Amino acid sequence: MPKLALFLILIHFLPFLCTSFSPENPSSRRVLVLLDDLALKSSHSVYFKSLQSRGFELDFKLADDPKIGLQRYGQYLYDGLILFCPTTERFGGSIDLAAILDFVDSGHDLIIAADNNASDLIREIATECGVDFDEDPAAMVIDHTSYAVSETEGDHTLIASDDFIKSNVLLGSEKIEAPVLFQGIGHSLSPANSLVLKVLSASPSAYSANPKSKLSSPPSLTGSAISLVSILQARNNARILISGSLVMFSNRFFRSGVQKAGTPTKHEKSGNEQFLTELSKWVFHERGHLKAVNIQHHKDGEADEPSMYRINDDLVYSVEIYEWSGRSWEPYVADDVQVQFYMMSPYVLKNLSTDKKGRYFTAFKVPDVYGVFQFKVEYQRLGYTSLSLSKQIPVRPYRHNEYERFIPAAYPYYGAAFSMMAGFFIFTAVHLYNK
Amino acid sequence: MVGKAEPVNGSVKSGSNQSIPATMQSPLKKSDLIPNLSLKTLKLKTKQQELLIRVSILCLVYVLAFITRLFSVLRYESMIHEFDPYFNYRTTLFLTEKGFYEFWNWFDSESWYPLGRIIGGTLYPGLMVTAAIIYWLLRFLRFAIHIREVCVLTAPFFASNTTLVAYFFGKEVWDSGAGLVAAALIAICPGYISRSVAGSYDNEGVAIFALLLTFYLFVKAVNTGSLAWALASAFAYFYMVSAWGGYVFIINLIPLYVLVLLITGRYSMRLYVAYNSMYVLGMLLAMQIRFVGFQHVQSGEHMAAMGVFFLLQVFFFLDWVKHLLSDTKLFQAFLRITVTTAIGVGAIALGVGMASGYISPWTGRFYSLLDPTYAKDHIPIIASVSEHQPTAWSSFMFDFHILLFLFPAGLYFCFKRLSDATIFIVMYGLTSMYFAGVMVRLILVATPAVCLISAIAVSATIKNLTLVARAKSKVTQTGSVRGSSSSKGSSKASLDQSQPFQRNGAIALLLGAFYLLSKYATHCTWVTSEAYSSPSIVLAARGAHGNRVIFDDYREAYFWLRKNTPPDAKVMSWWDYGYQITAMGNRTVIVDNNTWNNTHIATVGRAMSSYEDEAYEIMRSLDVDYVLVVFGGVTGYSSDDINKFLWMVRIGGGVFPVIKEPDYLVNGEYRVDKGAAPKMLNCLMYKLSYYRFGELTTEYGKPPGYDRARGVEIGNKDIKLEYLEEAFTTSNWIVRIYKVKPPNNRWERTMFHIYLGTVLRYHFQAMFHS
Repeated sequence: MPKLALFLILIHFLPFLCTSFSPENPSSRRVLVLLDDLALKSSHSVYFKSLQSRGFELDFKLADDPKIGLQRYGQYLYDGLILFCPTTERFGGSIDLAAILDFVDSGHDLIIAADNNASDLIREIATECGVDFDEDPAAMVIDHTSYAVSETEGDHTLIASDDFIKSNVLLGSEKIEAPVLFQGIGHSLSPANSLVLKVLSASPSAYSANPKSKLSSPPSLTGSAISLVSILQARNNARILISGSLVMFSNRFFRSGVQKAGTPTKHEKSGNEQFLTELSKWVFHERGHLKAVNIQHHKDGEADEPSMYRINDDLVYSVEIYEWSGRSWEPYVADDVQVQFYMMSPYVLKNLSTDKKGRYFTAFKVPDVYGVFQFKVEYQRLGYTSLSLSKQIPVRPYRHNEYERFIPAAYPYYGAAFSMMAGFFIFTAVHLYNK
Repeated sequence: MVGKAEPVNGSVKSGSNQSIPATMQSPLKKSDLIPNLSLKTLKLKTKQQELLIRVSILCLVYVLAFITRLFSVLRYESMIHEFDPYFNYRTTLFLTEKGFYEFWNWFDSESWYPLGRIIGGTLYPGLMVTAAIIYWLLRFLRFAIHIREVCVLTAPFFASNTTLVAYFFGKEVWDSGAGLVAAALIAICPGYISRSVAGSYDNEGVAIFALLLTFYLFVKAVNTGSLAWALASAFAYFYMVSAWGGYVFIINLIPLYVLVLLITGRYSMRLYVAYNSMYVLGMLLAMQIRFVGFQHVQSGEHMAAMGVFFLLQVFFFLDWVKHLLSDTKLFQAFLRITVTTAIGVGAIALGVGMASGYISPWTGRFYSLLDPTYAKDHIPIIASVSEHQPTAWSSFMFDFHILLFLFPAGLYFCFKRLSDATIFIVMYGLTSMYFAGVMVRLILVATPAVCLISAIAVSATIKNLTLVARAKSKVTQTGSVRGSSSSKGSSKASLDQSQPFQRNGAIALLLGAFYLLSKYATHCTWVTSEAYSSPSIVLAARGAHGNRVIFDDYREAYFWLRKNTPPDAKVMSWWDYGYQITAMGNRTVIVDNNTWNNTHIATVGRAMSSYEDEAYEIMRSLDVDYVLVVFGGVTGYSSDDINKFLWMVRIGGGVFPVIKEPDYLVNGEYRVDKGAAPKMLNCLMYKLSYYRFGELTTEYGKPPGYDRARGVEIGNKDIKLEYLEEAFTTSNWIVRIYKVKPPNNRWERTMFHIYLGTVLRYHFQAMFHS
């Protein structure tokens, strides 16, 4: 009996224990890290530390650990997944390709780091995310012009790339000065998938080939078509980072200096730490996560939302948009949010003005067309959560008594009708009683 | 036999008329019981007897007309039938709940998504208002009745009323005997029953009553020249206009009739008064119906009436001038000038009106009536409806039975006794028979005319025969006998016309007539019970052991939609099921049976006949959440979507030329088995109909995937759906509902969407601007 009482008391605290990813608190909190080798835990410790210092709980597991699982009793145990296990052919426990895709499709984040000799499993996951790694398992990205200068001449597989995507949301507002060191396999983006983006692309002189063998045929991937690091924001706003190099996350690359071939400046520290840390902030929803709430529309001068508008009504539409700063919801300020009044095609397309406190609003006249319209806000900006709001509202024509009762243009006809009546009356009277 | 007994008792000439309908009706036993009783106990006068017999016969016919339409209620349940009645039911429900003004201004956002439909302005409200008034009246009298029961029984009730009108019409045209026969004939005529069984809650149910009433009152007005009857006729016309689009028939037939009277020199003041007051008042009243609006002055279909109206004024004017002018030569000159100017002015006015677009040209439906091949070539959406097909001979026989050859006989009698009234009924009969030949559903319009004219034949023949039979060989009456018996005898064995056999011959012919009419009664009852009392929403079949199997799949599916889908879900289906989905499933549909927007229907037709990925883009652009298909392969139900599919292709191809009919045919042949066209085997409709059907064994001894509706093994058994998923399939697979999947979370297709959006936008803008 005391046990039961204790249980009942404790169960009330359960919600407090389960601080997890939610619409109100979108940052990932619990992250599962799957490793090939537990040594990675120390060799990549700077990266992990930076995550932990930002409040993430990292759960390190070997990829073939038979006890691992992403969910239990239908609930996901983690909000994010880091796959630092490029050679794993099969995960342990209940994790497989489908489980990982389900994990993403239910709105969770994923970081994949591949390498040359990446396993088929990792390749398949990447393919499902719209990224195709070079099919040759031994291939690496080679660049004879923008390699990183080192003591030994080497095979130019250590690349110093500074071809970043231009986006403050993805890479932070601070400019990344030093090039990023990269060594690993290149990938291309699937042309059918427009959701996936290159964050770090190779220079035009790069190509993907096996550095140890002679180049017998033209390489399949060349130039800036090669992506080194890519991201994908799924429709449900799950975010995925795919990198062709595991070693770029390592302490060694984080700390080493870099000098790009052909440039005189030698940076004390590579851009890897800044680049990957900023990117991880984006992946784990510390930046660029928007929410739209409190969508309201009503007739001009009224407060309540009607169930239906009439043609030519004046209406006011407003929506509040906030951005997650990592800790709290801050007003999102932009001047390019638009609303459509849409039926098959937008009849009204207007910019929303903002009060800088998160509220966006506009007023317009309902077009002179009846039908079932939608208020649509399609806000898709690089790096930001795509907002796709639609709210259905029918527009009806005038009621029978909403037309003007007397119109000036018709006065001749009124006159005609009444004079006809009067004339008929007089005629009848004269005809009947005159004789 | 019994019929013969009455005149003996009554021994009056006029009494014999009344006994005639009794001979041919099933209620004859009752009808003769009453006079027999009354005769012995009350000793009524002959006049009163006649009245009593007549009233009791009418009452029985009235009741008969009602109860013969109740088969469907007894067989199934009190339910609304078919497709259109569900819309009428839904609107009536709305009317009784929200009141008339809400109904009048109703903008329905649940149909024709996303265009919506102004219900109040695009329907004929007569039926709904009638049912609502009956409902309110019954509620006022404290009958706690559901509106559905009122709707179910409205058509039979009005059929009963039609018998009364038929009686009065027959009486006006010929005599009260013909009226009684007409009432009896129309009460059970299958041509009329097909549209007025209990549950067939459609416009035609009340419209035939209104049509016949308008005609009757107009004929009455022409016969009497009374302003009051003309006014009544105008009001009947107003009711007709409010009830059914078939009013166009009236507004063209009556002017035609007036024109014929003018040409045949039967112009009279009575005609002038009747037509003018009926036309002007009827037109003004008809304009009050929103759906009709200004059509009476603006549409080509109504111009004949206006032309005749002006012609009558010219006639009247000429008459007046002739009255004033004594000089005939002067009048001839005046006549020539007036007629020329009148025709010239009329032609110019019509030409200018047409050219400026003020007078709209004839609609496609009207053209297809005049030229039966027009719809087939130009408007597939009209041609696709089964009830718009040209009528087969067998259905004439089926719907009219003996009336089919009584009709010419009746015409003969009418021509023998030409009057303003008989000319009208002849014209009504001939024109409506032509229209009945053009379209199956217009048999309905012809039915009252056929019944009336046949009634004249029956009544006149039997009257003559009874005269002969009772004449005790009087020489004076041979003439009329010969006339009647020869007309009758054409269908019967030739008879000896000599005096001694005349009486026996007449009796034999009477028996023959009695036999024919009783055959008619049994035929009508059989047709009603077997063919016209199926609700078509619930299907019945005979099981292996002769038991009745009920397929209630439609309602199962609609109920599923109502209970399991979000309230704002949009359901795409072929338009046939639109009304039912909104009425029973309470969900938004893309297209429905009100086929006002061909482009929208063509878009759905295109989606159904495209490959799945193309169809997906169309469905996304229309915000479709569910797709509903009707499939008869398991039950052998033949009017399913696969059999309608070629119409979808044709209608879709009519607007979107990317859809080509030959792609779905193999050597001009439509097939679904292995030899089917590759596009056919992979189009959306095929996939949705036959999804997982390949795993099912439908009939013993046949391979799995054997389609019982078409009697073949299907050609594509391994159907994979990429963009849709099966949501619900009814117990007999008749209705299958699929859910449209949301776009893939991690993938996006771009190209086709943009292209399609442009195409659709172009069409919708074109539509709105037109």
